[in-house]
Amino acid sequence: MTAPTATTAASPAGRRWWAQTRIELLLTLRRGESILLTFAIPVVLLAFFSLVDVLPTGTDDPVDFLFPGVLALAVMSTALVSVAIATGFERQMGVLKRLGSTPLSRGQLLGAKTAAVVVIEALQIVVLVVEGTLLGFRFSGPSIGAALLAAVLATIAFAGLGLLMAGTLPALTTLAAANGVYLLLLLLGGMVIPLSKLPSGLRAFSQALPSGALAEVFHGALGSGSIPGHAWVVLAVWAVIAPVAAARFFRWE
Amino acid sequence: MPAIEVDRLTIAYGSTRAVDRLSFTGDFGEVLALLGPNGAGKTSTVEAMEGYRRPNEGTVRVLDLDPIAQQDQLTPQIGVMLQSGGVYPGIRPLEALQLHASFYADPDDPQALLDRVGLTHVRRSTWRQLSGGEQQRLSLALALVGRPRVAFLDEPTAGVDVQGRQLIRRLVRELAHEGVCVVLTTHDLDEAERVADRVVIIDHGRLIKSGTPNELMSAGGSREIRFGAPPGLDTAALGKEMIAAVEEVSPGEYRVAIEPSPANIAALTNWLAERDLPLADLRAGRQRLEDVFLRMTQITGEVPAVRIDPPQPPARSGRGRRRPGAA
Repeated sequence: MTAPTATTAASPAGRRWWAQTRIELLLTLRRGESILLTFAIPVVLLAFFSLVDVLPTGTDDPVDFLFPGVLALAVMSTALVSVAIATGFERQMGVLKRLGSTPLSRGQLLGAKTAAVVVIEALQIVVLVVEGTLLGFRFSGPSIGAALLAAVLATIAFAGLGLLMAGTLPALTTLAAANGVYLLLLLLGGMVIPLSKLPSGLRAFSQALPSGALAEVFHGALGSGSIPGHAWVVLAVWAVIAPVAAARFFRWE
Repeated sequence: MPAIEVDRLTIAYGSTRAVDRLSFTGDFGEVLALLGPNGAGKTSTVEAMEGYRRPNEGTVRVLDLDPIAQQDQLTPQIGVMLQSGGVYPGIRPLEALQLHASFYADPDDPQALLDRVGLTHVRRSTWRQLSGGEQQRLSLALALVGRPRVAFLDEPTAGVDVQGRQLIRRLVRELAHEGVCVVLTTHDLDEAERVADRVVIIDHGRLIKSGTPNELMSAGGSREIRFGAPPGLDTAALGKEMIAAVEEVSPGEYRVAIEPSPANIAALTNWLAERDLPLADLRAGRQRLEDVFLRMTQITGEVPAVRIDPPQPPARSGRGRRRPGAA
């Protein structure tokens, strides 16, 4: 150390963001429970129910329904559940507070978290596409652009909800709530059980959630070819409301 | 320009004033200790300087900047060690240091700093696997890696073993030597006495007294010799010999109201020797900071919420031990 006489400066903004992104990724991949949630469960669900035809998928080959559904599940598990749990504990343990006293800005922190989510999702998509293809999924009406757009909107919506939970609830409550929401949306999100099999009231409810809307777009874009217009509206609305609410209510300590 | 300037700072939580019109300054190259019992307002004061807490009244300037309005300019120049750690549980020491280093244009070398805080041997461990003392040392290193001009250390030696304490104190002294303004909080009088250039004694959010440890310890009541000997000595005879008032303050505890010069001490010990009396203890000159602190906090007229000695009888009530995060 030399005498700190002159004004000390921050590193360039891009460098701060990249360092934070790297550590977010490193720590996410090091956490066993996050790997279980984001990789193991989707991969196992897709393989198991594609090979064991017990779900009322309504398609000739269950993988044709399950592949888009599990893809939606993967997006939700990363952007909602993983983000909520990790951020909740970071907040409770004072990690966010401490970062607040460094030159890393809130914008850079959020940017880093976003980038880490995008990278994890990309890895999930690669793994699931390989698996889906091996299990015999046929890209009958693939509209990659629509699927990607829906993934982006859903990621924004889910991450907003995750941060809203993490920023307002105690960490353990967030952990429990995130897992509860995960299970609920897994069953009601049109991911492993078609929305058409749900009672009509429950179906309408599910279609209004970002999970159901995302699954509908994925099924349309990667399979049946028709995407219901209301799904886009639902996704867009959540993609606005959730981050705005998170920004409004998030408490850093 | 002082490194930090706190002027009539007041922070209120509801109707309670955690900090009440507190003023002090800190200079470069100086270790400033905010000393006070738990709940005295030390952490609130430090958090106002770090930009976490907005003053209800008064002003805080750090490097002549407003910690909240000019946070972007301030953060590259300060280092913060929180009471609660605030480190990712799954991160390894070097990774944490490299992360923080990358936020600054001209950081310290993470590897060298890791050696300096004596954590090279736990480089493969994650934060949650480190002992309390190791966590504190890493936390200190994180505060220093950006080579700050002002370092805020909230209870830096809490829960640290003796060797760790010495290491942290040595680092703090080195920092001041390099020109850094170090602000630390402590409820440990011994620590303030050992490490600080200047001590600001706070109780109930108010300034009790500030000065160098020497000034505080020699302020008032220093012209006396205190000694312990068998109870019931002939204080009149001794007073005649010493030409000073001698008082038995409690059985076996005596006070001689006289300058504690070597000659006077020799006269006292001679008198005892001639009568073949044992000397249990002898205190002359400086008081311990502890004496000053107790006297000062009592002067405020309120019952001081002071615990000088950390150990408490266990299981007495629910509010005994405070969590490290609370203060």
